[in-house]
Amino acid sequence: MNLDFTSILPSLPYILRGIGVTLQIVALAGLLGFLLGIILSLFKISSIKVLGWFADIYTSIFRGTPLVLQLMIIYFGSPQILGYQIEPYVAAVLAFGLNSAAYISEIIRAGILAVDKGQSEAAMALGVPYRPMMLNIILPQALKNILPALMNEFITLTKESAIVTTIGVMDIMRRAYQVGADKYSFFEPLLLAGLIYYIMVMTLTILGKVIERRMRRGD
Amino acid sequence: MIKIDQLYKDFGKLQVLKGISTSIKEGEVVAIIGPSGSGKSTFLRCINLLEKPTTGRIFINNQDITEKKTNIMDIRQNVGMVFQHFHLFPHMTVLGNLIYAPMKVKGQTKQEAEKLGLELLAKVGLSDKANEYPKRLSGGQKQRVAIARALAMQPEVMLFDEPTSALDPEMVKEVLDVMKSLAHTGMTMAIVTHEMGFAREVADRVLFLDGGKLVEDAPPQEFFTKPKSGRARDFLQKML
Repeated sequence: MNLDFTSILPSLPYILRGIGVTLQIVALAGLLGFLLGIILSLFKISSIKVLGWFADIYTSIFRGTPLVLQLMIIYFGSPQILGYQIEPYVAAVLAFGLNSAAYISEIIRAGILAVDKGQSEAAMALGVPYRPMMLNIILPQALKNILPALMNEFITLTKESAIVTTIGVMDIMRRAYQVGADKYSFFEPLLLAGLIYYIMVMTLTILGKVIERRMRRGD
Repeated sequence: MIKIDQLYKDFGKLQVLKGISTSIKEGEVVAIIGPSGSGKSTFLRCINLLEKPTTGRIFINNQDITEKKTNIMDIRQNVGMVFQHFHLFPHMTVLGNLIYAPMKVKGQTKQEAEKLGLELLAKVGLSDKANEYPKRLSGGQKQRVAIARALAMQPEVMLFDEPTSALDPEMVKEVLDVMKSLAHTGMTMAIVTHEMGFAREVADRVLFLDGGKLVEDAPPQEFFTKPKSGRARDFLQKML
C-alpha cells in the first residue's frame, strides 16, 4: 500500500474549513430536532387524539423513508413548495432537523413515560398547571434519563450529515471528494475526512459523558 | 366544609366506589380505614380530583368541584395531599421542593416563599436539611418534607394517603407526631391509614369502607369498642 499525503497537504486548510460547515448544520439541525422533538413527544402523550395522530404520522413518514430522499425532496422541491429555490445549506438544516425530530420525539416520549407517575400527581396536587409541571418537574427528570440516547442521536446526525454533499453543500465530505478529484487520488483525502469525522464524534462522546456526570451529581 | 354526595367511581368495568355520602366539618380529623381494595385511596383521591368521579357530587366550601366549569387548579391549591411514596421532586433541594409551588402557582416572591418554607421545615423538625437533596433523607424525613411541601400552599384541607405505609417501623412515629401536632392546630384532615392506634387517638371520626361502600361512620371510641357491622368486627380482629 502506498500512501502519499504530501500531495494533498496544500489542500488541508481547504478540507478543514468544511468542519465549520458541518458543525453549523449539525448544531442548527440538532437544535431544531430537539425543540420539535419535545413538541412532538408532548403531542404523543397528549389526551387530545388528533395531536397524537399527527405526531405518529409525522414520525412514521420521517422514519419510513431514506434521509437522502428527504433531503433531495426538500432541496429540489422547494421551488414547487415555496415558490423559490432555497439554499442547499438551509435545505440541509431543515431536512436533518425535521428527520431527527422524529427520532428524538420517540426518545423523549419514552423518557417522559419512564418518570414516576407520582411526580405529576404530586405537582397536580399542589395545583401546578400542565406547562410548568412539564417544564420544571417532568422534562428535567426525563432528560437526565435519556441523555445517552440523545447523545447517540446527535452522533448519528454528525455522521449522516455527510450526505449533504449530494446537494452541493461544501462540507468536509464534499471538500475531501473535490480534492481527490483534483489530484486524481481519492484515498488520502477520504482517509483524512474519516479522521476528522472520528475526532468530532469522539469529542461529542466525551462531552456527553461530562454532561451526564454533572447531571448525576445531585443523586 | 366538605360534603360528598352519592360518589360513584368506576375504572372501566370495575366498580370501586358505590355511592358514598358523607361530610367533613371544618377542623375535623377523619380517619378512613378498611381492607385493601375497599376504595379508601380512590375515595381520598376524588376529593382533590386526582380521580374524576364517575357520578356524584363533591362540595368544598359549598362549591361543587365536580362541575365542569370549576377550575381544578384552584381547588387543588386549597387541598394539600401527602402520598404513601412521598413523591418529592428529586432534582430540587428540600427547600426547593417547598418553595416551587408557592412561587409558581401563588406568585409568591422567592423571599416570601423561603421564609414560609423555613418556618415549616422548623415545624417538622428538619431545619438543618433545607439544602439537602431528597435522596439523602430517610423515609421518615422525606415524608415530613412532603407534609411541609403540602402545607407551604397554605391549604384549608389536608389529605393523607397511607402516609406511614412505606416507612420503616422506627420512622412511623416521627411522621405521626407531625400529623398529630397538625391536627392540634385545627387543620381539617382526611387520613387513609392502617395505624389503628393513631386513628383511635387523633381522629374525631372513623369512616370504615368495605367493597366501595361506607359501612360505618362513627367516633373512634364507638367504632373500636363496639363496631356495628360484622365486617368491621372481622377487620378489627385481624388488625388488632
